[in-house]
Amino acid sequence: MANGVLAERLENYLEHKTHKGIFAWILSTDHKRIGILYLVSMVTFFWVGVTLGFLMKLEMLTPGKTIVDAQTYNTFFTLHGIIMIFLFIIPGIPAVFGNFFLPIQIGARDVAFPRLNLLSWYLYIIGGLFAIASLFLQGGPIDTGWTFYVPYSIRTTTNVILPLLGAFILGFSSILTGLNFITTVHRLRAPGMTFFRMPLFVWALYATAWIQVVATPVVGITIVLVIIERALHVGIFDPALGGDPLLFQHLFWIYSHPAVYIMILPAMGVVSEIIPTFARRTIFGYKVIAFSSLAIALIGYFVWAHHMFSSGMSNTSRAVFSLLTFLVAVPSGVKVFNWVATLYKGSIELRAPLIYVMMFIFLFSIGGLTGLVLGSLATDVHVTDTYFVVAHFHYVMFGGTAIILFAALHYWFPKMFGKMYYEKLAIWATPFIFIGFNMLYFTMFILGYNGMPRRYWSYLPEYQTLHIISTVGSWILIAGLAIMFGNLIYSLFKGKPAEANPWGGVTLEWQIPSPPPAENFEEIPVVNHGPYDFSIINGNSDGKS
Amino acid sequence: MENPEISTPIAISESEKTEQARHLSIPHQHKDAIGAKIGMWLFLFTELLLFGGLFLLYMAYRLQYTKDFVVAASELNLVLGTLNTIILLTSSLTMALSIAAIQRGKKKLSVAMLLATIGFALAFLVIKYFEWTAKFHHGIAPNSPELLSKPNGEIIFYGMYYSMTGLHALHVIIGMIILLFMLVFLLRGSISKNDYIKLENSGLYWHLVDLIWIFLFPLFYLLH
Repeated sequence: MANGVLAERLENYLEHKTHKGIFAWILSTDHKRIGILYLVSMVTFFWVGVTLGFLMKLEMLTPGKTIVDAQTYNTFFTLHGIIMIFLFIIPGIPAVFGNFFLPIQIGARDVAFPRLNLLSWYLYIIGGLFAIASLFLQGGPIDTGWTFYVPYSIRTTTNVILPLLGAFILGFSSILTGLNFITTVHRLRAPGMTFFRMPLFVWALYATAWIQVVATPVVGITIVLVIIERALHVGIFDPALGGDPLLFQHLFWIYSHPAVYIMILPAMGVVSEIIPTFARRTIFGYKVIAFSSLAIALIGYFVWAHHMFSSGMSNTSRAVFSLLTFLVAVPSGVKVFNWVATLYKGSIELRAPLIYVMMFIFLFSIGGLTGLVLGSLATDVHVTDTYFVVAHFHYVMFGGTAIILFAALHYWFPKMFGKMYYEKLAIWATPFIFIGFNMLYFTMFILGYNGMPRRYWSYLPEYQTLHIISTVGSWILIAGLAIMFGNLIYSLFKGKPAEANPWGGVTLEWQIPSPPPAENFEEIPVVNHGPYDFSIINGNSDGKS
Repeated sequence: MENPEISTPIAISESEKTEQARHLSIPHQHKDAIGAKIGMWLFLFTELLLFGGLFLLYMAYRLQYTKDFVVAASELNLVLGTLNTIILLTSSLTMALSIAAIQRGKKKLSVAMLLATIGFALAFLVIKYFEWTAKFHHGIAPNSPELLSKPNGEIIFYGMYYSMTGLHALHVIIGMIILLFMLVFLLRGSISKNDYIKLENSGLYWHLVDLIWIFLFPLFYLLH
């Protein structure tokens, strides 16, 4: 059977409707539609978070009050953190692109538990609404910071329980997605799709899914205990009744540090997809990259206390956690070197996704190296709780994960929607994002090094020049983001139809039509080669290599 | 549609696995009993870790307030605690028997055993209720003046006691609701000799609830 001819007759997933109107989306168990649901909701939450960030930077334009008072500023950085971390970065790549492409990349028709998958999305939305609802309730929005540290979170009079409940529900959603992906990888790989023939994005998602399953319950119980503490005053985290706030921090970071790898590992997986495609070369060190994902997942579990170097721990445990922290840099470094080695002598085609990847490598390297500054005890004590930390995690989270989310959005846009985006406009957005980003956050490294504390509403006049540069940077960055999203939304309606394989990729998603048929594959493919074997295309194509 | 032998151990050969996956990867139609079990075990794993956080706290506080913990623990009602342990252990037996019965096609027996399990669960909760209210009558409740007048270690002990047994009781209630659903499925015939993975997975959940109690019981009632 000629697959290509048959495939053209197949109904694609956007045409295939099981219900009418909006219900075709919110009642669909198709992993592709659920991926799009996540995308839409996540981008919405992202812009709420961006708006809060924009307002915060605007407030910091001058010392003292610029636009809001101190209490409002506290709620701004708390909600900015909750929204960006729990609603955008953590579910980010796995929920959108994992849902959409994991089954396709392993040659399956759906995830293992399609209905559970839809439930995860509902939980995500409910959790998100809970987190935001506190804005409109008596008592005012939560002002504890996204870390909910006790004892403040059990003393403050603002609405804490509701956003905590939201975070708990979001955790549950994350766990369900994780166990769904693990089961999918174990049970639904196509014939011949052995573990070492899986694309590296799948490997990254697999490692991430394990962290989601293993780490999230711990923060779940921690959050529940804070809720119990606030509601019933059992004393577990209340120092007045004999409880130990430090134990809260331990339990919180036992999850929340591995969560950092929930955020970054999928992004690294996307990078490992995009680089071979645009370099027309097989990835350098496939197995090492695959194992480094698992290594990061494993070591990442044992470094949590580096968030607590100044919280009061014994010197021995501080030294041990510092050492372990340095160890995580090894598998991360392995990946970066492998990516660069893949590009070496490749026939590089510099399209928008690859430009974002370049930006990622640059920004993430800065984020990673400053991570070592924070990981070593002597320097951490100096810069802890300053803008240096803020700059560091925006470089790794925004410069790392979010930039790759944008790369993935461009890379898979033709496949997901069957339309091409406008390449020129996409490329035009990148210098704005890059320059704006560095103005916004690099200044924070300097500010932090000079002693500007994080979460402060006002500051000494000598910091003002850098704050102004930073604020102007935030405007440029937002302009870049607006161009980028504007281009994608415009292309959704006006873009040219995309071919099945616009980039010349070799993983399975490029072998089916764009957008994919409702059942992904007419016939489940039989896999007989590795994921980045470009000899197939180079051997019998129009010499595009 | 093939129906994989449920009782096969999970470790089957790679080629067999992918062969199965090939047949099973049709969405909304497939019944992959092994996949369902993997999912369930992963979920149980998360439950263990959830309670793991509590056990960690218990350990830390026990080390910090050993004497207060010993004093407070001796005030718990050992008779009721033991009774509840026996009840839960027996309920695990009836749960297992219910699954064994349906595997052999004995629907009536399976229903009876499931009903017994639900009954035991209810009994456990009733006893727990009396145990808690008895404590409340003595003024030992979270944030009560009577409790707050005690040393910090005892406050924390009761804080842990109410939180952990409370969360466990919540799991018993959730388990009961799940088992009631299974009862309906069993009566309607959607759980049958050929397809009993739902009942088996519910059984796994029930055993987990039991298992957690097996750790809670000595930690609160026996260690003094």
